Amino acid sequence: MSFINYSSREINCKIVYYGPGLGGKTTNLQYIYDKMSPDTKGKLISLATETERTLFFDFLPLALGDIRGFKTRFQLYTVPGQVFYDASRKLILRGVDGVVFVADSQIERMDANIESLENLKLNLKENGYDFEKIPFVMQYNKRDLPNAAELQEMKTILNPKTSPDFEGVATKGIAVFETLKAIAKLVLVEMKRSTAVR
Amino acid sequence: MAGPSLIMYEEEFNQINKVLEKLTKEANAKIVFLVDKNGQLISAYGETKNIDTTSLASLTAGNIAATGGLAKLIGEKEFSILFHEGEKDNIHISIIGQRVILVVIFDHRSSLGLVRLRVKKTGDELNAIFSKLIKKVEKEPQAASPFSEITDEDIENLFKD
Repeated sequence: MSFINYSSREINCKIVYYGPGLGGKTTNLQYIYDKMSPDTKGKLISLATETERTLFFDFLPLALGDIRGFKTRFQLYTVPGQVFYDASRKLILRGVDGVVFVADSQIERMDANIESLENLKLNLKENGYDFEKIPFVMQYNKRDLPNAAELQEMKTILNPKTSPDFEGVATKGIAVFETLKAIAKLVLVEMKRSTAVR
Repeated sequence: MAGPSLIMYEEEFNQINKVLEKLTKEANAKIVFLVDKNGQLISAYGETKNIDTTSLASLTAGNIAATGGLAKLIGEKEFSILFHEGEKDNIHISIIGQRVILVVIFDHRSSLGLVRLRVKKTGDELNAIFSKLIKKVEKEPQAASPFSEITDEDIENLFKD
């Protein structure tokens, strides 16, 4: 659910990075935070455990620029990936405008990817969204690891509706901004489309 | 998509700011701000210069969401008021009309009793404004989004390096 303020001429959208634990969601946000210029970003907030596992969420506000005189702001959130934090994940999806799924390419994490994706669909549904309709981008992370699964196999299993997808190495920043741009674009196009339908 | 966007017009925005200004004064508060339940800051008033209001808004919404989850677990609908007491500053958080979150930050110059009293009154005023706003948005759907006029090119331009 975006927020459009005609008085301050601002548009705010919410993007959530979803995926299995230790898949690289926080690393994506960390890289974006490190590379954006100070005038376009806010603070990166991480609610994490002492061992740097996300406990509740990470949050990074970004200002991307103007569209027709409206400042366009994106608020990026990650969810905690570990299975037992499901209640928190559900809460963070509230009001989401677009989802990035950060999949872990390591072959032994394939089950975790599938479980997390199913969990996303369920939690979207419980928040009143339809997975088939929400702006969605897939990132196959950790492509540099020797035990990475075949790309085609991952595509077939995790991205059957062929949403935009990217091969990433979040620690090195590979495909991090491509992913962000793709989801931001989809969100804006969806906002335009939903206005046109009215 | 689940539910329409939250849309704010100048008239209601000014009314909200006035209400927040009044609350800041009457409750002797340092900062008052209003956040939607998804963490978007709607407006802030008071000594906001050295405060990261965007992060405050997001964390407040997270806080309310987490507490709401707790409430459901024990069979409550929600906890409509949260209070955090610090050494110098305190935070009073309340849910207004199940829609928005009103946050008051205050120090020793005020008191919890005073803040609670003023917040209650302010809640009614804000509720009235938001009800009006929602009716207005329903009535004028065509004016509801600046996106009706944007082109694919506008979107592309946002991502030019």
